[in-house]
Amino acid sequence: MSTTTATTSRAAPEAHGPGGLLAPGGPPRRAGPLAASAAFGWRAMLKIKHEPNQLTDVIAIPVVFTVLFTYIFGGAIGGTPGHYLTTLLPGTLVMGITAVTMYGGARLAQDVTTGVFDRFRSLPIWRGALVVGSLLGDAGRYLLAAAIVVILGVIIGYRPDGGAPGVIAAVALVIAFGLSLSWVWAATALLVRDPATVSSLGLAVLLPPTFASNIFVQPRTMPGWLQAFVKVNPISHLADATRDLMNNTAGAGGAVAWSLVATAAITLVFAPLALHLYSKQA
Amino acid sequence: MARDGPAIEARGLVKAYGQTRALDGIDLTVRRGQVFGFLGPNGAGKTTAIRILATLARPDRGTARVLGLDVVREADAIRARVAVTGQFASLDDDLTGHENLVVFGRLRGLSRGASRQRADELLAAFDLTGAASRLVSGYSGGMRRRLDIGASLIVTPDLLFLDEPTTGMDPRSQSQVWELVRQIAATGTTVLLTTQYLDEADQLAEQIAVIDRGRIVAEGTSAQLKARVGSGTLHVRLLDGQQRSQAQAVLAGTLQGPVRLGADPLTLSVLLATPADPADTGRLVGHAMTQLWRARVAVAEVTVGQPSLHEAFLALTGHPASPAAADHEDTNS
Repeated sequence: MSTTTATTSRAAPEAHGPGGLLAPGGPPRRAGPLAASAAFGWRAMLKIKHEPNQLTDVIAIPVVFTVLFTYIFGGAIGGTPGHYLTTLLPGTLVMGITAVTMYGGARLAQDVTTGVFDRFRSLPIWRGALVVGSLLGDAGRYLLAAAIVVILGVIIGYRPDGGAPGVIAAVALVIAFGLSLSWVWAATALLVRDPATVSSLGLAVLLPPTFASNIFVQPRTMPGWLQAFVKVNPISHLADATRDLMNNTAGAGGAVAWSLVATAAITLVFAPLALHLYSKQA
Repeated sequence: MARDGPAIEARGLVKAYGQTRALDGIDLTVRRGQVFGFLGPNGAGKTTAIRILATLARPDRGTARVLGLDVVREADAIRARVAVTGQFASLDDDLTGHENLVVFGRLRGLSRGASRQRADELLAAFDLTGAASRLVSGYSGGMRRRLDIGASLIVTPDLLFLDEPTTGMDPRSQSQVWELVRQIAATGTTVLLTTQYLDEADQLAEQIAVIDRGRIVAEGTSAQLKARVGSGTLHVRLLDGQQRSQAQAVLAGTLQGPVRLGADPLTLSVLLATPADPADTGRLVGHAMTQLWRARVAVAEVTVGQPSLHEAFLALTGHPASPAAADHEDTNS
């Protein structure tokens, strides 16, 4: 290492001493809110690149639940695995994304408690950029999870009647909903300031409504109180909307409209809250 | 505005954390282009002062202008022109050295290409080219510190804050960082650094403020601070340890300063008060030696040394700067 270092430095003598320390030219224009958020998003991607095990859940959840349920329970629940897939696959798309929404928040909690946060705060950038950047990282994860679900589904025999437009619309809807949950976890992260707490809280909050929904089975055989919950569960509505779009069964589009309203409502409450909590971080 | 005004001007800064007054009324003026040192023990308030001046914390009371801009109302304009290297490395451990600099370059508003080029330049200037594509988690303390300082120089700041730049470093890394600070200062950047090492303040800072328990207890150049303590220290080494108490009595009677006994049973020293006429030091010491000779105390060796900054600190605050410095108390000359 030292040999290469020496050679390289000698090859670039102008970089030595005050010459290399002094930035060439005058100060650049400041990074705008979008550019700063994009830089933080890119930072999140670099972190995934160096620590690919961050993606374990993003990959494992869609694969395990799609394959497991299709082949083990598919025949029993839906008559044939192929038929069951039309119900299940849009559901696992929802699950694969909502179940990993807390990771961006967990990362954010880590960022605001380490030394690097001081450097971010000392920069002349829009204060919310770090939070928005963490959401961009989340969007990358969601896109990957969605791609895995769709490709895997097609491989094992799922043929969406909605075609490419239906699938794209469904993926966009689920990602939008996932991002509204990202704001929830960002706000949580800025409140609890501990990555492990955000992760375990995320799991505890997200797992029950994922199973107590219509993702895997229709609620007909469930006890009455549980049916009542499944009916109001946002995850059920989102799963219905996703099915409507992918299978082209959207009647009046009630479920889609409901999901869009829910996404907007959650975002409108938690985005300002997260940004407010961020500006209060010392 | 205020192009020629001071780089930093603070009046009556107060900051409390709960019951603790981290800053208890600080006045400060730092000239442009100066290397200014905050010298004080752990918990003296150095970091709090830097955080307020770098717009990372708000003062409870008092005002501060940095580069002519108000730290509370014009914080964003200040951020565009200063850089902070905190006490603990403000880097992403899970990114490479090069990636760290490129991310900060993008956040400073450089294009992707310009960020990469600047990252290469800085890595070369800081002798880190060989480690550019390694994760920072694998860097040594010294490498980390250099990268951290490099991240502050992506855009040349008008004012650089360095919070304890060499704390916990081995001597070789320490002298590398010192050299860097000198080079940065040579580019015209004003540097405000904090340190608990007297040596470091002595080496780097043109102007030193001694800070203790949230207050500035003394300010001046290294030489001025030393002079405030006295004109120097007289060190006497005897031939026979049995005579030390006798020597102590003679010196206490002839010189005004307090007489201290060294760890070595043959040595003792006197902090010399500054006489009205500096030339008097020689006369006073000569008189003391004559009195020792009259008392038949055999002297092996006599030296008069400049007081160390450590002695200055001890005299100004009433306690040693740091435990490490206290260990050297009797070996200073």
